[in-house]
Amino acid sequence: MDAIILQILNGLDKGSAYALIALGLTLIFGTLGVVNFAHGALFMIGAFCAVTLQRILTLSHVVIDDTKKDFLGNPLKVEVPYIYDWFGQETGAAIIDWAVPLAIIFAIPVMIIIGMVMERGLIKHFYKRPHADQILVTFGLAIVLQEIIKAYYGANPIPAPAPEAFKGSYDFGALLGFDANTIIYPYWRLVYFAFAAVVIAAVFAFLQFTTFGMVVRAGMADRETVGLLGIDIDKRFTMMFGLAAAVAGLAGVMYTPINAPNYHMGMDFLVISFVVVVVGGMGSLPGAVLAGFVLGILESFASMREVIEFLPGINQVVIYLAAIIILLTRPRGLLGRKGVMED
Amino acid sequence: MFGLSAKDTRLFFIVTGLVAFAPFLMNPFPTGSAMAQFNAGYPDLMQRFVIFGIFAIGFNLLFGLTGYLSFGHAAFLGAGSYAAVWMLKLLTINVIPAILISTVVAGAFALLIGFISLRRSGIYFSILTLAFAQMAFALAASVLTPITGGETGLQTALNDPRILDGIASSGGNIPAPALFGLEMRNSYVWNVSGWTFTFNAGYYLAGAFMIVAFYLSMRIFRSPFGLMLQAIKTNQTRLNYTGLNSRPYTLAVFVISGMYAGLAGGLMASMDPLAGAERMQWTASGEVVLMTILGGAGTLIGPVLGAGFIKYFENIFSKINSNVLHEWFAFMPDGMEDFIVTILYPFVGKGWHLTLGIMFMMVVIFLPGGLVEGGQRIANLFRRKKSQPSEADGAKTPAE
Repeated sequence: MDAIILQILNGLDKGSAYALIALGLTLIFGTLGVVNFAHGALFMIGAFCAVTLQRILTLSHVVIDDTKKDFLGNPLKVEVPYIYDWFGQETGAAIIDWAVPLAIIFAIPVMIIIGMVMERGLIKHFYKRPHADQILVTFGLAIVLQEIIKAYYGANPIPAPAPEAFKGSYDFGALLGFDANTIIYPYWRLVYFAFAAVVIAAVFAFLQFTTFGMVVRAGMADRETVGLLGIDIDKRFTMMFGLAAAVAGLAGVMYTPINAPNYHMGMDFLVISFVVVVVGGMGSLPGAVLAGFVLGILESFASMREVIEFLPGINQVVIYLAAIIILLTRPRGLLGRKGVMED
Repeated sequence: MFGLSAKDTRLFFIVTGLVAFAPFLMNPFPTGSAMAQFNAGYPDLMQRFVIFGIFAIGFNLLFGLTGYLSFGHAAFLGAGSYAAVWMLKLLTINVIPAILISTVVAGAFALLIGFISLRRSGIYFSILTLAFAQMAFALAASVLTPITGGETGLQTALNDPRILDGIASSGGNIPAPALFGLEMRNSYVWNVSGWTFTFNAGYYLAGAFMIVAFYLSMRIFRSPFGLMLQAIKTNQTRLNYTGLNSRPYTLAVFVISGMYAGLAGGLMASMDPLAGAERMQWTASGEVVLMTILGGAGTLIGPVLGAGFIKYFENIFSKINSNVLHEWFAFMPDGMEDFIVTILYPFVGKGWHLTLGIMFMMVVIFLPGGLVEGGQRIANLFRRKKSQPSEADGAKTPAE
């Protein structure tokens, strides 16, 4: 029992990342009808927003510290971040420590702008082109974006640690009445799951309960009619693209403490998130979220020692296997609508 | 000739000529001159040109004719490589059985995957092939290690059985793959007044296979079968309404295309008896998509051009480092030189992928027909320029 709970918990954080990326992909697909292969790159750029903010916060100037001496007896040069000068030592250190959560505030406008520029500058011209062309141009864009990041930040992963308060793990075993130390779960993964739940809930609430969301949903159902009613639906869809980019970016920001960001993390996630979207049903937002969590948990169950002994290698392929089975038995995915991408 | 129209025959002879004289054409600059680094006429790279040419021709048969975008074609190339290396290990060091078996194995693999994946079309087909290929990659790198050599890859070894050759024949060294005794890595080097031309046995074998592959793809393009495939691309629904079942056609071309990939994999293993799981990764599948689109999907010569183009850039462009750039722009004033080198540097050397990505996007945006369409446009431009003066002449004549 405790092993099962542990695997469900393990699946949640990966599932949250899949769900967030798949949600953004589906938003873009549902509104604009574009298959965006550059979405993984947006996730990666989000992660590098956190890295960038961390670097900005730790920008330092050199101060000669007379109290410390090096081995020759000369006063030691110490690098002091500017932020210490402005907010004082204690607050400054705390701000640097909390760089990753603070990067959320930094990443939202950056990602929205990147998303909207992408849509207006490039993807707008591809609405009338075949899906294959959209896939290809966004695939090219993904290569360009990841190479730009590689040129600036190098090819090695850059660690961006979680705040001190969230380091360490929580012992669920004791809480739920099992033996202590059987279910150990890092705090940050809990935070990630909670964060993902909040973002997903916010996106759904935004679409469900605001006028803007209502118009967007109407546009998803019948774009022309909404246009005929005198609403500039293109403008709103552009904003939705920005929103989807922000969702992907936030998923990336918060993922940095779990996995140190490198330039190809987007491509690694992209393949799986496409599988997630297709399994959930193209164009279905709840489907994307559901499939994200289901596949994430499935993957962590398949990595259990007992399962691997029984079926070697299953942990590597379970997601693809599930995708193949679902696509062949339920052609529209778990919650897909009729008539989406069927030709 | 050979059942081809006059225009196709001409194209066929051009391709044959290019392959045959590639050692000259790829080495236009004398060795030791400043431009020598742009020479591509060394065996390893020339072999890659033709092998990836075969791979792209095969992919184009599927994507160019039917419009089914497979994102998992590298799996067949990988399967072919493994099959070929096993043949070299178990049967004989002669490459002919290896190449034949690799084609057959990849074809069988493609039959299996195609049978399932072709139930769906559009993006679902892409995702299904991608899922299968990723599965094959993950399994080859982990669980199937006894067969595939895992992450280190599969290699020939000194104590392989080699039933037909016998162990004694190796003479203390790991034997190199050979065609009836002619080793694939053998080269004849011809030095002529500053130029060096290398004629490599493996390259010419692979080149011969590419010419055959190109000829077959030409025949498929022009056959009733090819027309049927183009009909599937144009409007599959209408085709189904006329009472035709399109599945056998798509499956047939999927298997043919997989066999091309297997042939490429077998040749790759014959040139260098090594097969690794990374050949199956989805980025490798993406590469063949890039090649085909860049060259021009649905055209005969496009995929070959695209493959050559990408492999050339991968090997030549990536060798340009900042020292080379500084050498080039040494004639400029110092500040200017540094400035230009700083601007260009991210695009060459290790950053050549950036150039590739930008170029690929440009092609998709402005030249949906790829390099072939670009060539045609330029050709049209010249033709118009030529024809205009003649018209003007014609207009003048009566006045005189």
